[in-house]
Order: sequence, then structure tokens, then C-alpha cells
Amino acid sequence: MAVKLPIYMDYHATTPVDPRVVEAMLPYFTQHFGNAASRNHPFGWEAEEAVDKARKQVADLIGANAKEIVFTSGATESDNLAIKGAAEMYREKGNHIITCVTEHKAVIDTCKRLEKDGYRVTYLPVQKDGRISLDGLRAAISDKTILISIMTANNEIGVIQPIAEIGAIAKEKGILFHTDAVQAVGKIPFNVNDLKVDMASISAHKMYGPKGVGALYVRRRNPRVLLAPQIDGGGHERGMRSGTLNVTGIVGFGKAAELCRLEMVADTARLSALRDRLNARLHKGLDEIYINGSTEHRLPHNLNISFAYVEGESLLMGINDVAVSSGSACTSASLEPSYVLKALGAGDDLAHSSIRFGLGRWSTEEEVDYVADKLTNVVTRLREMSPLYELAKEGVDLSTMQWQTEGQH
Amino acid sequence: MAYSTKVIDHYENPRNVGSLPKEDPNVGTGLVGAPECGDVMKLQVKVNPSTGVIDDAKFKTFGCGSAIASSSLATEWLKGKTVDEALAIKNTDIVTELSLPPVKIHCSVLAEDAIKAAIADYKKKQDSSAEKGADTHAQPTA
Repeated sequence: MAVKLPIYMDYHATTPVDPRVVEAMLPYFTQHFGNAASRNHPFGWEAEEAVDKARKQVADLIGANAKEIVFTSGATESDNLAIKGAAEMYREKGNHIITCVTEHKAVIDTCKRLEKDGYRVTYLPVQKDGRISLDGLRAAISDKTILISIMTANNEIGVIQPIAEIGAIAKEKGILFHTDAVQAVGKIPFNVNDLKVDMASISAHKMYGPKGVGALYVRRRNPRVLLAPQIDGGGHERGMRSGTLNVTGIVGFGKAAELCRLEMVADTARLSALRDRLNARLHKGLDEIYINGSTEHRLPHNLNISFAYVEGESLLMGINDVAVSSGSACTSASLEPSYVLKALGAGDDLAHSSIRFGLGRWSTEEEVDYVADKLTNVVTRLREMSPLYELAKEGVDLSTMQWQTEGQH
Repeated sequence: MAYSTKVIDHYENPRNVGSLPKEDPNVGTGLVGAPECGDVMKLQVKVNPSTGVIDDAKFKTFGCGSAIASSSLATEWLKGKTVDEALAIKNTDIVTELSLPPVKIHCSVLAEDAIKAAIADYKKKQDSSAEKGADTHAQPTA
């Protein structure tokens, strides 16, 4: 079977909407278009009913109660609401927040904003496998700590943090625990009670739902989490997030969540087999390629590989009929490579040589084989024109070489 | 980001990829950039000792498509030029020829650095062989 080009292998960035989700959404554009807050006519009632159903569908996916789901515009807003809302609400209890260096920018930049407002933030380092050290977390906790925010799975390297263990520590110390679970929910089992999570950010478009809608799970008992709203208005979503509900998007989110819940086991088995096939085929064709992050604690559909001696952007150029992303950003004078890969301590050169593959519901074996073979060819060609590959083959240790950078970078 | 057709052409059909013998007294080698910055260029020139004209030029580059194209173009331009003419190549010439966007100007700067480094290396070799009195090659006159 011929592969259809271009191939999409960037499912961590976003996913196509499942046709079954689109179908569920369609009537809510034109027929059932009511405002869910309109309490005195059937148009409003229909919309509210649809939102309630979706709320239950999302809650069921993460083992929560429907009342604990706050709909938002997406996970960035959810992260902002969780962290800023908790920081503001519990300011009298303390001013210290613990997070991690490999978090998404929606968490890191939110924490940086809070630092300007007088909060103190600890950014925990990660170990070589991309996971935080639990001893490091314990050591960072003080009597001023009010919140721990650690992502469930990383968006670049797919590494899964020890969430249940972090949840247990947070519970023991009486500290709120938020997790950005965007990449994990719908892909791997995630239960807010088993994991002892107090808040979790979720996004619809990462799980075959529409863009522009997400949720924040906010625990209602043991403990009852209170958040200072970050958007004021009509008091929607238990007063935590005002604004007319995106009914159509929420319906799609609900349907997407239901599909993920029902199909997760089969999807995971299929995708991890495809991912392993991609990895094996690349390793067969090429030497000196390295997987970034833990292979054990990892999303089933993620692969992040550094192809030594070859720069990521030139690699992408050679596979321009394949949509993947690179940890190298050769787009500014500073040429900063991925901060996530740098945090693993792999060395900037390997960070510049990395490609992230994200497989998904419509990935096929043929696509995987095509991508692996094409990459093997391109890497081989680029290595032939790489001075680093030549030096390495001559036995030069690149890490001890003096580089002439003219002070421009 | 969209690349210009010239950048794509150089990326897909790079000119003069390869290496010249480093130890040859008529070969100058420039190695600039650093792996952690995301680009390293090695550029070599081979000068005809009797005419002072660059007979051959080769490159190898670790870097983005624009870096590969800048060094590939540089080797094309170097061939047939005298050493002094080669030193007159400016990074802005490369920017214009390849229609590089502002974020890729550093690639052309690196290519200019590589040319200068290769020629400096060649001149150094010539000077040291002249000092040793073992100079069997005429100095470039141009």
C-alpha cells in the first residue's frame, strides 16, 4: 500500500478531530445553539444538558466527579488558573511553589510571573532519565510551600513522572498538588484518586477533540480546593471561570474523552508496537542514535531520538514530507536548543540533533517504515557532509575540542 | 519557515562536499562554529602556488539548511579567485544570493568566518615554510 504524503507524526502538538467527535458536535452549531446559562427556555436547557453530559464524560475518563470539572479554553488557561488561582487563594498560608525545569511554558512562565509578585519558586532539576528525584522534592518542601506542580508526561520526551509518589508526598505534607496532564490523559490510565492529584489540566485537542477547549480538574473533598478566579464575570463554572460556555467544543471534548476511555487499551497496544517498530528500524539502519529520556516510564506513542553529528533542522528539511518536530531551534542569534533536552544533561550538540516523533490514532505501519527508511537515508547523507562525524571517525573527542565561535553566539 | 529555492538547491545538491588533505602546505583549513551553537563549518581551500589562485575548495557543515547552503555557495565562489579576492567575499553577498531571512544571517557570517579562517591557515603555513627556508613554493602574488 502506498503511503499518503505528507505523513503526520506530530501528535503531541495536536491531533485531528475524530470524525465521531465532529458528528457529535455538529447539531450544537445550528440546532442546539443555546447558551447553557439561559435558565428559562428549552434552548438553554438543551445546551446545559449537553454540557452536563460532557462534564460526566470527561470526569469518567479521569475517575473524577462531574462537579469537579471546570471547563476552560485549553490547558494553558487551566495551568494559569490552577497555579495563579491557588497561589492567590492560599497566600496567607505561604508563598512557596515547587515545579520542575522540564514543565511546559504554560507552567514555567506562570511561575515566573508569580515570582515577580513576590512568590518563591523552586524549579526541581530532572535526572538523566527526565524524572524528578523524590528525595529532591522532599528536600525542597518547606512550611511555606503551598503548591507542587509537576507534569504527568512531558510533551517533548514523553517521560512520565512518578505522579502517585508525588501525590502521596503532597498529601502527607498537606500541600496542594497540580499536574499538567495534557499529554497523558486519554493515552494512559489516569485516575485522580489513585494518583492523589488535587488539580489536573487537560486539553481536548490533544485527544482527538477540538481546539479551544480544555478543563481543569479541581478536587472538591479531601481537600476541597479553592481557587481565586482569574477571569471575572458571570460566575460560571462554580465561580472559578466566568465566560459563556463553549457548548459545541465541550460536547466534542466529552465525546473525545469517552472514545479515549473506551479505546485506550487497544490504542496503547497498537501505538506502542508501532513506536517500537520505528525505533528498531532506525537503530537497524543507523549507529550513534540515542533515545532521550526514560524508555521505561514513557508515553506509548512517543519517541525522541538524537541523531549524533547531524543538526535537527537540516534533518527536518530532508524529510519535508513528514511532520515531526525538532529540539533544535536555529531561528535566532542565540540558537537555543530545547530546554527540556538540555535539562537531561545530554549536551547541547545532542539537543540540536533531536527529533520528536508522536504517533496517534491514524498512524500506520507503512508510515512508520517510510519515515524510518527516509530518515536513515537523510542522516547518512548529512553525516557524510558533517565535519563532526568526520572528526569523530578520526578519533577526536568532540567534547574536549576548542571551538572557534568568534564570540557571536 | 520557507526556504528560498536556492537554499533548497544547495541543500539537496551541495557543491564541493568533502575534504582536502589537511597537511598539504597549499591547503588552508578553517573550522568555525561550535556544536552547542548548532552549527560547525569546515571549509578548505587549495591554492595554486605559482598563480595564487584557489584551485579547489571543499566544505563539510553541521548545521541547518541555510548553513549548508551558505558554505556550499562559498566553495563555489572561492574556486578561481585569488586569495585576496576570496577575502573580499562578504557575508552580505551570501545573504543576497541565497535570500536568507534575518534569523539566518548568522549562517552567512559563519561562512565568511570560515573563508577567513581557511585563508589565514593557508597564509600561516606559507609563512612558516618560508621561515624554515624550505620554501619550494612561490608566494602568492595577488
